[in-house]
Amino acid sequence: MAEVNKLTPKDFKSDQEVRWCPGCGDHAILNAVQRTMANLGIPREKFAVVSGIGCSSRFPYYMNTYGFHGIHGRGAAIASGLKVANPDLSVWQITGDGDAMAIGGNHFIHVIRRNIDMNLLLFNNEIYGLTKGQYSPTSQLGAKSKTSPFGTVENPFHPGELVIGAQGHFFARAIDNQVKVTTEIFEQAARFKGTSVVEILQNCVIFNDAIHEDIVSRDVRDDRTILLKHGEKMIFGKEKDKGLVRDGLKLKVVTIGKDGYTIEDILTHDAHEANPGMHLMLANMRYPDFPVALGVIRAVPAATYEERLDQQISEVQKQSKIKNMDDLMRTGDTWEV
Amino acid sequence: MATTKKKIEKEEVVIRFSGDSGDGMQMTGTQFSNTTALLGNDVSTFPDYPAEIRAPQGTVGGVSGFQLHFGNAKVHTPGDYCDVLVAMNPAALKANQRWVKNGGTIIVNIDSFSEKNLKKAGFDENPLPAFKKGDYNVIEAPIQTLIHEAVKDLGLDMKSIERTKNMFALGITYWLFNRPLNHTETFFEQKFAKKPEIIEANILALHAGYNYANTVEALSSHYVVKKAELEKGVYRNINGNTATAWGLIAAAEKAKMPLFCGSYPITPASEILHELSARRDLGVKTFQAEDEIGGITTAIGASFAGNFAVTTTSGPGLALKTEAVGLAVIAELPLVIVDVQRGGPSTGLPTKTEQSDLLQAIYGRHGESPAVVIAASSPSNCFQYAFEAGRIALEHMVPVILLTDGFLANGSEPWRVPEMSSLPAIKAPFVEPSEKEYLPYERDPETLTRKWAVPGMKGFEHRVGGLEKMDKTGNVSYVPENHQLMSEYRQEKVNKVADDFPLPYVEGADEGELLVIGWGGTYGHLHTAVTELQEEGKKLSFVHFNYIYPLPKGVEKIFEKFDNLLVCELNLGQFADYLSIKVPGYKYQKYNKVQGLPFTVDELKNAFNKILEDK
Repeated sequence: MAEVNKLTPKDFKSDQEVRWCPGCGDHAILNAVQRTMANLGIPREKFAVVSGIGCSSRFPYYMNTYGFHGIHGRGAAIASGLKVANPDLSVWQITGDGDAMAIGGNHFIHVIRRNIDMNLLLFNNEIYGLTKGQYSPTSQLGAKSKTSPFGTVENPFHPGELVIGAQGHFFARAIDNQVKVTTEIFEQAARFKGTSVVEILQNCVIFNDAIHEDIVSRDVRDDRTILLKHGEKMIFGKEKDKGLVRDGLKLKVVTIGKDGYTIEDILTHDAHEANPGMHLMLANMRYPDFPVALGVIRAVPAATYEERLDQQISEVQKQSKIKNMDDLMRTGDTWEV
Repeated sequence: MATTKKKIEKEEVVIRFSGDSGDGMQMTGTQFSNTTALLGNDVSTFPDYPAEIRAPQGTVGGVSGFQLHFGNAKVHTPGDYCDVLVAMNPAALKANQRWVKNGGTIIVNIDSFSEKNLKKAGFDENPLPAFKKGDYNVIEAPIQTLIHEAVKDLGLDMKSIERTKNMFALGITYWLFNRPLNHTETFFEQKFAKKPEIIEANILALHAGYNYANTVEALSSHYVVKKAELEKGVYRNINGNTATAWGLIAAAEKAKMPLFCGSYPITPASEILHELSARRDLGVKTFQAEDEIGGITTAIGASFAGNFAVTTTSGPGLALKTEAVGLAVIAELPLVIVDVQRGGPSTGLPTKTEQSDLLQAIYGRHGESPAVVIAASSPSNCFQYAFEAGRIALEHMVPVILLTDGFLANGSEPWRVPEMSSLPAIKAPFVEPSEKEYLPYERDPETLTRKWAVPGMKGFEHRVGGLEKMDKTGNVSYVPENHQLMSEYRQEKVNKVADDFPLPYVEGADEGELLVIGWGGTYGHLHTAVTELQEEGKKLSFVHFNYIYPLPKGVEKIFEKFDNLLVCELNLGQFADYLSIKVPGYKYQKYNKVQGLPFTVDELKNAFNKILEDK
């Protein structure tokens, strides 16, 4: 194990040239994943990175681990089979908003429902990049794109809402270029047993540049986002003077020291609460009424699919008299000639 | 009186049970088959049921049938026409009357022959008097009345009493063919262990039917069918789907690899998934995916992880899996795809048999995407070919499509159980952990297969996927010449699989006027029809294909010695067209049937005779 601890982010870089556009948010995410894996203390050969189709899905080629670049939308299913077949692996799925939520929508919700222990990194740039600029399932209502020149007329998915609605046990949100914070979030996702989904607000410089800029640009970020940490008060703002309180069945933003609100009134984040109500409200907060929630919003431990399956297999094996095919073929109604 | 009834020896008998879906005809037929097989007869069965769970009661559309054929020699088909038809209602008689042999026995549940039911079945008048006048032995058994009488002391509700009428009918046929009742009694004792009153009711009904047959004047004789001369060994009855599931598990055991099946339920393939799901004791991992595509892609993930990976489906499901088959082709990972063919296109005839997915299996993918295609030809040899599909996939790092069909899947026959030690070892080309350098797409010069390194092996980290791979290194490559090279490698690798394939066996002389050509699930009917004509002195031979793509090498040497080649298949001529591409220069005549039904031996003999006479 001593040798394992010596791994550095460099050990996870493959010899392949990274071919994302200059300025693409994917570069920073790749960097953060490589740092995370180096920090985890897991031997390199135990990592498997799986993807579907899209810009983000080229990711496995840039990782010096086992990798599988699949077909459009099916990354979650390929990763599910991989993990169930060998639960000893650390499985990472890299996907985009089109890959996961349009063509792969079915596999996305079902991997979450089953709670297969894998880390699903969802790069959300609200656009189809690889197919060159069509709107995606997360594009805002009215978004103009090559296939919606007059604006979309359809409602977007909100990944957090979908994850929690599919009984997700782990949901976090991060920003592509905040490598330090992102690395911490990835580490928590990796250490969580079950399907962990991290939505990364990612910038596509070519087809949807600055789409998250209102929220993530350095000058406004502190006032428009809130970094949630389990057990800590929900406080944000450049001056650390804003906070979230309950207002009936809703949330409300208040200023500490104003209208009689004190630090005592500010909610404390409980990522481990099984009831999804508060997590759903937090995941759904949107600018300008609310700060956008970053960090680990929900992390509720639960049994995983592959644990239950392996347990069932060993229980049945203990009870069954059938140990091999010769036994099976000679069990039941047989006769001798 | 009863004891004086005469015994008539018969070599073979065909019985058809028919009634409403819900009358328990499948169970009745299965019980008769199992009991008969246990007595040492050879048996072949053909369940024929509607797609609806419960079609409107009393209508022809809702009739469920189960035909079985048993004899004192090897039987290869469930038989064309039946010696005995059991019809639980007028609709069952209407649907099946044309399948009764002249001189056959028709047993009807006369209680159901009300004016209303006759009308529902589409009879203008009661057909029974006409049958009686003709060459039929009609037995009008008041089954409902008699079962109510038989079980009246058990205090059961009406519905439970009515549900035992199939056992009354079974009892009649057991008497008629001199079968013991104890196997079926044991079956009920096990199936309803927690409901003693249901066990008792069924056993009473069974005995009531048996005693009724023994007593009534209408039945003048017992039939005796002697045991078949079978090879020594342990036997069991098996249907094609169970045999397929077991063949896959056997392949995993021989390869010393875990079995993973990612699948989605679809008729008539679901039972393979059921069988595999029940085998947790053998460590089988089944994954009921969210859809067909999830089924195959989870299997591909498991294959990447080093499991023996399988997906099971039927035609519409194979269509959905198509893109992913291409992924397995380019990733060069082993995968078995079982397609239990049914009537198409689209939802088509979901419970009926057909052979019309052949060209989909061979060619139905985008790009140059070669995969191996093989086909099973009897319910029990689904075991052999499922095992073979596993062997080819694992040893050659290639997807293999195994074709069976609804007829094989549901049909059953006695099967001599093999010893696992008699099956060949399967050795997948895993990389040796001691090897210094690993190039994922370096190939064995003989077979052109690449070596297999699985996640978790230190020092062999690599990436596979859907984009074209550079020769040897496996890095993504758009080099034009490399794409051609890799395309040719993948094709040649599949072509080389045929090096292991035996030439198909020619039944009959190796030259002559007519060669009958078949493939897959039609073997039994073709074999029987050809054999019967050969016994009449006709000059014809028969060759049957299990290895489809690639074809065994040297097939033209068989074809060139015959004046006529007749390709018989349950589609509009797909194999004939395929042969004309792969083995050109011959005139392939076609005999095709697309009715959702197997061939009948009669119609085949007529077709063969026509060619023989025309010459």
